[in-house]
Amino acid sequence: MDLFEYQARDLFEKHGVPVLAAAIATTPDEAEAAATKIGGKVVVKAQVKVGGRGKAGGVKLAENPADAREKASAILGMDIKGHEVRTVMIAAAAPIESEYYLAILLDRSNRTFLVMASVSGGMDIEEVAHTAPEKLAKIPVSAVDGISAAKAKEIIAAANFPLDVADQVSDVLLKLWEVFQSEDATLVEVNPLVKTKDGKVIALDGKITLDDNAEFRQPDHAALVDHAAANALEAAAKEKDLNYVKLDGEVGIIGNGAGLVMSTLDVVAYAGKKHGGVQPANFLDIGGGASAQIMADGLSIILGDSDVKSVFVNVFGGITSCDAVATGIVQALELLGPKATKPIVVRLDGNNVIEGRAILAKAAHPLIEQADTMDGAANRAAELAAK
Amino acid sequence: MAIFLNEKSVVIVQGMTGSEGAKHTRRMLASGTKVVGGVTPGKGGQVVEIDGHQLPVFNTVAEAMSKTGANTSVVFVPPKFAKAAVIDAIDAAMPLVVVITEGIPVHDAASFYAYSVSKGTTRIIGPNCPGLISPGKSNVGIIPADITGSGPIGLVSKSGTLTYQMMYELRDIGFSTAVGIGGDPVIGTTHIDCLRAFQDDPETTAIVMIGEIGGDAEERAAAFIAEYVTKPVVGYVAGFTAPEGKTMGHAGAIVSGSSGTAQAKKDALEAAGVKVGQTPSETAQLLREILGR
Repeated sequence: MDLFEYQARDLFEKHGVPVLAAAIATTPDEAEAAATKIGGKVVVKAQVKVGGRGKAGGVKLAENPADAREKASAILGMDIKGHEVRTVMIAAAAPIESEYYLAILLDRSNRTFLVMASVSGGMDIEEVAHTAPEKLAKIPVSAVDGISAAKAKEIIAAANFPLDVADQVSDVLLKLWEVFQSEDATLVEVNPLVKTKDGKVIALDGKITLDDNAEFRQPDHAALVDHAAANALEAAAKEKDLNYVKLDGEVGIIGNGAGLVMSTLDVVAYAGKKHGGVQPANFLDIGGGASAQIMADGLSIILGDSDVKSVFVNVFGGITSCDAVATGIVQALELLGPKATKPIVVRLDGNNVIEGRAILAKAAHPLIEQADTMDGAANRAAELAAK
Repeated sequence: MAIFLNEKSVVIVQGMTGSEGAKHTRRMLASGTKVVGGVTPGKGGQVVEIDGHQLPVFNTVAEAMSKTGANTSVVFVPPKFAKAAVIDAIDAAMPLVVVITEGIPVHDAASFYAYSVSKGTTRIIGPNCPGLISPGKSNVGIIPADITGSGPIGLVSKSGTLTYQMMYELRDIGFSTAVGIGGDPVIGTTHIDCLRAFQDDPETTAIVMIGEIGGDAEERAAAFIAEYVTKPVVGYVAGFTAPEGKTMGHAGAIVSGSSGTAQAKKDALEAAGVKVGQTPSETAQLLREILGR
């Protein structure tokens, strides 16, 4: 889960990373009140989980509370690269002398953690990495040893931070490590980390990604989920504990296993080229146990998507037996009754496939069509969606 | 021969007393795997009977190894306790540890992986994987044993169900070993480890490699193939239609910005001389053409 800037700022503050006074606002009134409370000049910043908001006009300096109100009213409701601005952060303005970059992340390629640091902060770090890689220090951190005070000093020295800020930046790094580790983050990034005119080092903007697998030991993280941004179908699926992602196409997909479902989407898109370019409408992995209830929940989510014109159920029975899946489909259609209106192409293979296909054949439901192969089923589902 | 797992593999099940552990212990025994016991801290001394097999339970992996001679462990322990279970196995210098558990925090996986590297005596497969099978010899994890038999194909895949699908497509030819390496961001055994082992395995004559979006493991594997692998390799990559920034089921299956795309992986594999299929069936067909079958 990616966090908003203000949520990252709050986690920084919780772990002692130096940040500026700030508050969030969802209305111009709240923005004015926040600016009054903070006092002096403030920055009004759009809260969106996408880069480039500054260039898009989503960050403005305000001279006073009335100005903050005006700037907030212009920014709230803006569309930044498809993300609607529903919240702004009002933060104290700081006189900046230098900008740096500091991040800790999971380095998948090397299966370790990594500190990235640069004294050329404030810009697009991917661009720095590309155009001037010598300006970006990358130092691996062992997942067993972590970052000690001595290691932090060593990293900051290796990244060539100026001596007058080195101690402060080392301390920030140590606290960022605490955020990274104790919050189960996979990315903790400060860009820019600034030195103010009075010599203080402050995290001015930050980004945090949290590991969803760690939810069981991070009870506070549930409150950070942005429910407003979730697609209605995705929210309904989440409530049923279904692994669902809404896409833009017309062929609803249900399958078992993440890899097979991803593959099913591709095979449908590939087949769709011959049928007017139809595309998959969603990703839905029902996992190992495809009970009637799970199948009914999955089907009702997919049939509730008005973009869906046909459905493709693609199951390879490993542990799951195909007869259970077939029974699930039949019972799901009984449960759904007249709400089920779209043709459903079913491809079953693997464990107990003969029994499974026989159950569907016997049910002879007018919406169900069976196919022998995955490619053949994808082609038929695409054809039905194109009609 | 086969890789990592063969008829000499003697297996203990960490988490055997749990429902998943018990269910799959039964399936592994039914497929002829030498399962000799289990480990559940605090339940040492119990004996579990599964289909006529009397399986002793031990408190630690070290104890289980010394009493049973096990050289392979399979982990069905829930995410909360998985790290401790894997560390226990590494401390006992268990040669092969197969971690089936899904949903382990990546900090835990990074930590036990780093620990295994520092000890240098344990190979980890997974986490979040279906395990591996050397048909007719041994089956460790949750891969169905009855899809196909032994043969000359080596298979390595991030995905469980795509492993089954590919074994099914090529069931008339058979496999030396099929390894599901798992879909998490940090895994113990990579495509490269398996490619190297298949290249060095005289029983394997051709290799199928299945990848998916996220990370750069496939790109690295492509570079390795160009440099080291002389046996024919066909590839398949899932996730061409996955949108940027969304996790597709597997914790590691996510396109971030322009990195980790299926297209980039396919391009890298093709540049290394690997034939890449558009669908699993087409990929199987490419392998048939290479083998002339």
